[in-house]
Amino acid sequence: MSVLVYVEQANGKFKKSVFEAVSYAKAIADKQSTNLIAISIGNVADSELKELGKYGASKVLSVTNDQLNSFVNQAYAAVIAEAALKESTNIIVLSNSFSGKGLAPRVAVKLKAGLVDGAVELPNFDGGFSVKKTAFSGKAFAVTNLTSANKVIALNPNAFGVKESAVDTVIEDFSPTIKSTDLVAIVKEIVRATNKISLPDAELVVSAGRGLKGPENWGMIEELAELLGAATACSKPVSDADWRPHSEHVGQTGIAISPNLYIAIGISGAIQHLAGVSSSKVIVVINKDPEAPFFKVADYGIVGDAFEVVPRIIAALKAHKG
Amino acid sequence: MKILVCISNVPDTTAKITFTNDNTQFNTAGVQFIVNPYDEIALSKAIELCEGGKGTITVINVGESVTDPTIRKALAIGADDAVRVDAYPRDAYFTAFQIAQYAKSNDFDMILCGRESIDYNGSQVAAMIGEFMDIPSISIIKKLDFDGTTAIIEREIEGGKEIVSVTGKFVASCAEGTAEAKIPNMRGIMSARTKPLQVIAAESIEELGKVTKFETPAPRGTVKLIAAENAEELINLLHSEAKVI
Ligand SMILES: Cc1cc2nc3c(=O)[nH]c(=O)nc-3n(C[C@H](O)[C@H](O)[C@H](O)COP(=O)(O)OP(=O)(O)OC[C@H]3O[C@@H](n4cnc5c(N)ncnc54)[C@H](O)[C@@H]3O)c2cc1C
Ligand SMILES: Nc1ncnc2c1ncn2[C@@H]1O[C@H](COP(=O)(O)O)[C@@H](O)[C@H]1O
Repeated sequence: MSVLVYVEQANGKFKKSVFEAVSYAKAIADKQSTNLIAISIGNVADSELKELGKYGASKVLSVTNDQLNSFVNQAYAAVIAEAALKESTNIIVLSNSFSGKGLAPRVAVKLKAGLVDGAVELPNFDGGFSVKKTAFSGKAFAVTNLTSANKVIALNPNAFGVKESAVDTVIEDFSPTIKSTDLVAIVKEIVRATNKISLPDAELVVSAGRGLKGPENWGMIEELAELLGAATACSKPVSDADWRPHSEHVGQTGIAISPNLYIAIGISGAIQHLAGVSSSKVIVVINKDPEAPFFKVADYGIVGDAFEVVPRIIAALKAHKG
Repeated sequence: MKILVCISNVPDTTAKITFTNDNTQFNTAGVQFIVNPYDEIALSKAIELCEGGKGTITVINVGESVTDPTIRKALAIGADDAVRVDAYPRDAYFTAFQIAQYAKSNDFDMILCGRESIDYNGSQVAAMIGEFMDIPSISIIKKLDFDGTTAIIEREIEGGKEIVSVTGKFVASCAEGTAEAKIPNMRGIMSARTKPLQVIAAESIEELGKVTKFETPAPRGTVKLIAAENAEELINLLHSEAKVI
């Protein structure tokens, strides 16, 4: 029995989180002494599909039906379930992306598979099949033991890392059955800010809060983020006041992220904010109040006025980059 | 128009998260429970859509009688009636199945959920309801317009948004931005006491897995403070010590 990984594409390209999911699925396949099969839906060039071999996919099922050009979770779930049955795979891995969250539960119900969303570690096979996932908005982890024959795992971005494990890859066309009743939802338009790094995928994040006083002061935050190649984020009151878009709001009621570096500027560190960011690998806090709770969970801290400190960091970074 | 809104009962956002019984159970001692914040957004959207007598709203919860105060809160915010499936919501698969069974025998135009429950953060229930009912499900939406037949929905994607249209029954899970959360007023609180709350029995479905243990994140070391004048040192540390830039 082999492992199937769904490789989500955007404009015919795979993102880092996809290679991560492939690396993770490959590690599971290795443990099971089996091979890894990937399934791609939509128009992706063979050269891009071949890339999946670098991370361990020995076969890629490519579905290029015109009716499936845009993502409709109902239809995509049917395709993935059909592929799982055809290839007799019993473990299905995908990224816990926005689309993945709409897809994994449907695949799981179709296959009567136990589902672990937001997985952060490889499964533990000792006496069963258990997977650790985030719970309570990052305040805890829950270890879930799956007892069903089929299993679906949605892997959190930036939790496992990309690991190369090159194998020869064959690309196979796969023509699934398509039911018109699975295509009731119609994608009308996709709007993507092409020049920005998306927050859930970002390895580095620069975030700011109410300490910045107003939206007009975000210039230095964006400049710092651009210099670092980081995404920008904000606290809830900032997006509530429309200083920044809701899609940047991190925390318990916003997006939960775990980048390698999280720089928090003028954010107090309320429990609901920390919930979404505390699993970041390194946290830097800049706050003028030495008593700000955020310092308790920070790795590096600067007590000072953001309007003086941030320009200095920008200058130091420019000097560092030469 | 008839709308079903799914409400989960979750620990308050400031609750201290601890576990008992050898870390196998969430410790509810002293914890206050609330309507899941995203479900308040879903309910508020339903209220907006029904404004001016355009429809009715039923809230549903899968839970034991301890969740009744949370259901009453939803009634106070503005739902017309409520259903509680009397069972411990052991996981999303079980919960979604119960909701789908109820929804199949009652003719709703749409089912609204929250984006995720803030305890298990599954983001699973909405899409599972869609699959059990074999109808479209749109996860993590930010906007919803409905003209009585077709819904135009904005869904979040990495670095942007997608606009989707659906005609016919559907499920959607609502994130921030979908609606402004409404606060109950005095009249709502008074009338909530007498609004109908129907309790129905759960149906059985196989168990596919369960949480066996909880862990809390390892505490971080103490913060290394850097003088405000010394931005170069921060850059150096991030580069050579933390190795993140
Ligand atoms: C149900 C619920 C859910 C919530 N969910 C979230 C969530 O998901 N995410 C979230 O972020 N919040 C959330 N909150 C809100 C949270 O409780 C806090 O109110 C919020 O995080 C505070 O945002 P802030 O730190 O930007 O602002 P404040 O608390 O006002 O803090 C501003 C900080 O900036 C510092 N400061 C001021 N001026 C300067 C300066 N010149 N230089 C440097 N520092 C300066 C101050 O010392 C202060 O620490 C939620 C609240 C509730 C009740
Ligand atoms: N026990 C429950 N009863 C009713 N609705 C629920 C329950 N649990 C979850 N939901 C709904 O499903 C959404 C997503 O929950 P989850 O999949 O647990 O993250 C919530 O925001 C609710 O709308």
